[in-house]
Amino acid sequence: MQEFTQQMINGLSLGAIYALIALGYTMVYGIIKLINFAHGDIMMVGAYVGFFSLSVLGTNILSAMVFAMLACAIIGVFIEKIAYKPLRNSTRIAALITAIGVSLFLEYATLFALGPAQRVFPETAFQVTNYHFMGIMVSNKDLFVFFSAVVLMIILQYIIKMTKTGKAMRAVSEDQEAAVLMGISVDKTVSITFAIGSSLAAAAGVMIGVYYNTVNPLMGIIPGLKAFVAAVLGGIGIIPGAMVGGFLMGILETMVSGYSSSLYRDAVAFGVLILILLIKPTGLFGKNTGEKV
Amino acid sequence: MQIYKHSWTRFVAEVAVLVALFTLVQYAITTELLSQYYEINLNSMCINIILAVSLNLINGFTGQLSLGHAGFMAVGAYVSVIMTNRLDLPFIAGVLAACLAAALAGFIIGVPTLRLKGDYLAIATLGFGEIIRVVLQNIDYVGGPSGIMGIEKLTTWGWLFASTLITLIVIINLVNSSYGRAIISVREDEVAAELMGINTTRYKVMAFVIGAMFAGLAGALYAHYFYIIKPDTFNFLKSFDILVMVVLGGLGSTTGAVIAAIFITTLTAALQSFPAIRMILYALILIIVMIYRPQGLMGNKEMGRKTLARLWGGKK
Repeated sequence: MQEFTQQMINGLSLGAIYALIALGYTMVYGIIKLINFAHGDIMMVGAYVGFFSLSVLGTNILSAMVFAMLACAIIGVFIEKIAYKPLRNSTRIAALITAIGVSLFLEYATLFALGPAQRVFPETAFQVTNYHFMGIMVSNKDLFVFFSAVVLMIILQYIIKMTKTGKAMRAVSEDQEAAVLMGISVDKTVSITFAIGSSLAAAAGVMIGVYYNTVNPLMGIIPGLKAFVAAVLGGIGIIPGAMVGGFLMGILETMVSGYSSSLYRDAVAFGVLILILLIKPTGLFGKNTGEKV
Repeated sequence: MQIYKHSWTRFVAEVAVLVALFTLVQYAITTELLSQYYEINLNSMCINIILAVSLNLINGFTGQLSLGHAGFMAVGAYVSVIMTNRLDLPFIAGVLAACLAAALAGFIIGVPTLRLKGDYLAIATLGFGEIIRVVLQNIDYVGGPSGIMGIEKLTTWGWLFASTLITLIVIINLVNSSYGRAIISVREDEVAAELMGINTTRYKVMAFVIGAMFAGLAGALYAHYFYIIKPDTFNFLKSFDILVMVVLGGLGSTTGAVIAAIFITTLTAALQSFPAIRMILYALILIIVMIYRPQGLMGNKEMGRKTLARLWGGKK
């Protein structure tokens, strides 16, 4: 039981990271029906911005996170304008292939510019202390990751539910043509969605940097894919679904690596994906809609 | 596309050209006119042609985006190596077993996943490809993450030439047959095809299984040429490599896939010492082709004798 609770706590902080990345996938999919394959790599860029801000500028972890979020918001909008916007009316497969291209580009451009070596997050950036009670260990690292993720999710919920921008986002994802008729600028709304999604990914990137202590150019691939699975698990396009899916994936992963071989933990994510796609492709929170001819 | 009339003179001419090509290269290899460097590239070219043409059957002609082609290649590579290296069977048994195993894997994966559409299918096949890799990593019999080393070099130019030729003949004839028409109709409009009485699932699975089978063949040839196989060779980046060829050549053009496979192999060889730049170029190819020429270089056109004649003689 103690072991179980411990794994649960580890799973919650990892899950919070996945949930943040999954939110970006889900928001973009909800609005332009594109699986933004490059999302995990935007997270990687965010982790690097955070890393340089900590090691070169010597900022504290919170301002590093803010820097990373700002930088990635700009990059996200930039990518959307260059690569995805010309394809908005073409097939979804074309857009997906482009997204794979963007993903490869971000990975290998970073690899080319910064070298393939893994970089270690400066230790001074985050003093790890472990708290013990009732035989369970909680580090302030876990607490930091979990609570900053929750705060970001609350801010996101506020933006989507309470502000005019959020209303525009919901309208565009509901019915793009009707939204245009109501005087909503689709281009602007899509840009804002990319900005928000990418900044959440950047925050997740800095958290992964803190969590695993290292950054490398290809670090975005696997968390990106897992977060995508989380988004599908919750029902892609549905924001609360992404949060729940993220936490579920995190917990599942720590359980699998805790109780069986850690080599299998990547396979489990894909196993979940295939099961969910076969049993209920619309995800846990999705409604079934028939295909219209 | 038009139905060609069968003509004996054409057939004899084609056979003559192929035999001449084969003997010429074989002669160049045995007399070492062709250095080892070029021989390796020529062989990867053949393997890439098999991969690209078979993936094109799934992605281009059937219109089902699969991102797990490297997984089938892995199945073929491992099964053939088990046959030759562990069980001491002849190479032909290894190759046939590889084809069968990969086709079976294609069937097992295809039946459930091909119900999915578009991007969901892409992700599910990517997932299956990765699962194959992770499972191979966890089997100690085949060396786990470090793979199998010291595989006997059994892939010769004859094998490569014959395999490439068989792949091309089977796929070109399949596409031009009534099965092929059914497959293309699934790509063009699945609902309409179904209304015309075509069992779309059956044709999708068929294309998927045949594509997987040839990927297995390519895997067997690959394993017996490069001495070593390990699970990481067959990760999704390998699948993306093949995808780049198909996208560049044109989704639905066999000759396009062949040309793109030759081009990409040459590019890879030229940029061997700059792997990062190679991947950046791949990325740019994917993005730029999709934005400016989404149908690929050749579209769904084929390059045949007519095109060559036109280029040669300047008349239509």
